[in-house]
Amino acid sequence: MIIAENISKSYQENQALKSVSFNINDGELFGFIGPDGAGKTSLFRIIASLLLPDCGSLKVFDYDVVKQYREIRQITGYMPGRFSLYTDLSVEENLDFFASVFGTTLKENYELIKDIYIQIEPFKDRLAGKLSGGMKQKLALSCALIHRPRILILDEPTTGVDAVSRKEFWELLDGLKARGITIIVSTPYMDEALLCDRVALIQEGNILSVDSPGNIIKNYNKKVYSIGSDNNYRLLTDLRAYPTVLHAFAFGQYLHYTDSNPELNINDLGTYLESRNHSNISLQVIEPGIEDIFIDLMETVKVN
Amino acid sequence: MRTIIYIIQKEFLQIFRDKFMGKAIFAIPIIQMVILVYAATFEIKHIDLLVVDRDGSSASTELINKFRGSTFFTVHKKQLTENEIKAVLDEGTVDLAMVIPQKFEASIHRDQNAKVQFLIDAVNGTAGELALAYCRATVMSYSKELLIEELGFTQGVVQAIKISSRYWFNPNMNYKIFMAPGILAILITVIAWFMTGMNLVKEKESGTIEQLNVSPIQKYQFILGKLIPFLIIGLFDLSFGLVLAKLLYNVPFVGSLSTLFLFTLIYLFAILGIGLFISTISNTQQQVLFVSFFFVMIFVLMSGLFTPVENMPRWGQVINWFNPLAYCSRVIRMVLLKGSNIHDIRFEMLIMFIYGIVTNTLAVWRYRKTS
Repeated sequence: MIIAENISKSYQENQALKSVSFNINDGELFGFIGPDGAGKTSLFRIIASLLLPDCGSLKVFDYDVVKQYREIRQITGYMPGRFSLYTDLSVEENLDFFASVFGTTLKENYELIKDIYIQIEPFKDRLAGKLSGGMKQKLALSCALIHRPRILILDEPTTGVDAVSRKEFWELLDGLKARGITIIVSTPYMDEALLCDRVALIQEGNILSVDSPGNIIKNYNKKVYSIGSDNNYRLLTDLRAYPTVLHAFAFGQYLHYTDSNPELNINDLGTYLESRNHSNISLQVIEPGIEDIFIDLMETVKVN
Repeated sequence: MRTIIYIIQKEFLQIFRDKFMGKAIFAIPIIQMVILVYAATFEIKHIDLLVVDRDGSSASTELINKFRGSTFFTVHKKQLTENEIKAVLDEGTVDLAMVIPQKFEASIHRDQNAKVQFLIDAVNGTAGELALAYCRATVMSYSKELLIEELGFTQGVVQAIKISSRYWFNPNMNYKIFMAPGILAILITVIAWFMTGMNLVKEKESGTIEQLNVSPIQKYQFILGKLIPFLIIGLFDLSFGLVLAKLLYNVPFVGSLSTLFLFTLIYLFAILGIGLFISTISNTQQQVLFVSFFFVMIFVLMSGLFTPVENMPRWGQVINWFNPLAYCSRVIRMVLLKGSNIHDIRFEMLIMFIYGIVTNTLAVWRYRKTS
């Protein structure tokens, strides 16, 4: 159980975290979703006992991050956003070294990291700096797990990793969750939110909402329209100029549109677009996806 | 304890895997001991002497021949005006000019003061001074001969008081024997200081320090793990340099080597502390380089390696109390050339020990696992 209460952190003028509170349950796969600069890394560094909060309290399994950082470091596996293993040591040497500083060995915990390590084992004599991006992530994850942590903190583990490796990586996380490890992960990719048990949307140092992805979608009550035409660029400009527009943004080959009026008549919108000389207009109401909801939440916060 | 050993293992693995560092440990001592010892010399082996003989007598020719006979001088004889001489000196084609005036011989025979003029290029003050000293000695010896031959003085009268000097601890005044231990001191200082300084900050730059900071490694374990590898390398390079000094220059090892190694161990402890401290307050390798370079330069130039500390102004000598290299170069020379024992260097050892405690405490204190 991780309990954060009113955590704040500032760097000179810039307030990175503004009185953030949340709970993370044991064995949960908990995601922090937010754009770059939202405060995710600062928050993770505080949980990993690398950064002191200005105020507020954070307890990891009843250990206080400020006073009992020693205990926390024993049970925490931290994987920073930037690859930070020794590039001039081989895969095996990195693992051996990090195992030994935690007072354990690769052999002792081989079973835990087996699923991950088996994929990079053929390259165990290769220098870590010479691995591909996906391999580096797997090695970093292995190193973070080598001492059997109870909680795993992964700061944007899939940033800059190809789609296939990203998918594989999330499958590995599922495997670890099944072993009862509490996993905290941050990501700028909203589609990854669906893979978490619960997600917190974080923006400009504030947590906007915390819930399971299913509940977030279920509780969302705005209508989302998927609109397309022959000229999507002009369409976007016109939609944003519509009097009751809440927001409109490009989503794949269609535009997603939300209106501030819940009783909007879809035909009015169609007529408006025709009057703007759009051809081949497709217009339909769709089930909101998690991305629509996050964008809506972020836009709403910005307006306020 | 086991953790420290693992860190040390890791450091050595990285050092020897680094294509440059692994070789530098061996290459730097060789280059410094071979090149610097020869290069850092005050001896003057060759002086270009312009001779302007306005007398053209047998006496002036004899004097010129004295210079010709010396191995130091290459005599260029020309008839030039005062201004032309100045121009030649300005150009730097000759190091000094000797002007023998008219009636030089006549003055000698008339028991008057015969005069010669020396014009010296003193852009390099030390070299100019030395050149003049050689000239003076040559003229003096000519003048003694005159006294005996022309005026009939006896040898005994001319050399009524003969100064016979004996240079202690370096009987032949062989500057290489003097320089080699000093260069050795610079060598171990630079290697230990820069290698530790760059090493810790490299972990900061590459972010690997984050991974160590989240581990249960304690501060003292980390600092010791960073210190010991370079202590070993420093001692290795001392041995390596000593072997070179013996083979190349036959530097005498009058004192005991164990005394020298004991002192160096304490000295390196202090130097490594400085390197570590600088890297704990820096964020990039550039910062470490700039700060280190600044201090190393001051330490080397003020250490008494090239100029005697006693010649410095009082305030300079006070600054030198804080210059570890001054203690090191002094002790290495004392032990190697003079045979000083632990009792003789106890003061230097104590100071370096305190120095080491202070710098390492600062390093441990400044190194933060949490920010």
